[in-house]
Amino acid sequence: MFRITNQPIDLQELVRFVTDPEAGAIATFIGTTRNNNEGRNVIGLDYEAYPEMAEKELGRIGDDAKKQWQICRMAIIHRLGPVQITEASVMIAVSSAHREAAFAACRFAIEQIKKAVPIWKKEVFEGGEVWIGTQTGQPLNHK
Amino acid sequence: MKIKVKFFAILRERAGTAEVTKEIKEGSTVGDLWQALQQEYPKLNVPGIRLLYAVNQNYVKPENQLSDQDEVVFIPPVSGG
Repeated sequence: MFRITNQPIDLQELVRFVTDPEAGAIATFIGTTRNNNEGRNVIGLDYEAYPEMAEKELGRIGDDAKKQWQICRMAIIHRLGPVQITEASVMIAVSSAHREAAFAACRFAIEQIKKAVPIWKKEVFEGGEVWIGTQTGQPLNHK
Repeated sequence: MKIKVKFFAILRERAGTAEVTKEIKEGSTVGDLWQALQQEYPKLNVPGIRLLYAVNQNYVKPENQLSDQDEVVFIPPVSGG
């Protein structure tokens, strides 16, 4: 299950999806919105995506993870639109026979999301707003 | 040939539109299209920005040649998560 949504994300939905009789472990990751960033008081985040491609790239992360680790199932849901402080913007769940693969694939998934999935966050802070990533000119590699 | 261009995030705001159809000559590349768009929308030129390029929802290099009816997106640095 690889999708984007405008609704709050329900962790139980992901856990149910990756539940598998052959799994001995389920690892989950929740990305949440914190109230500060680089000295700014953050009011909230606003996410935007290139929807068709974002879901496709999330699926590609799942395919790549399956090539590297023995995992049973994976689910990623990323939220779009305004996300308030403490709320989740992304959730990942991975099941595997043994815990190492689930932890590793979960970590891999969030790192890849931050690198290669066309989703952007605008940070709304006290005194302004900024598209995160753009102002740093961080290098990005072509695939 | 006609190319559909979608803008997102900072580029959407700078272009003042989310989608345009651009007429461009046969054999043009993604890079050529970006040059043409920057002339039409000077604000698209964000100093220091590093873009990725997508055609029909797949990442490509700027040398990639376009075909009629392609959907092109210029992807500013992503920041999901």
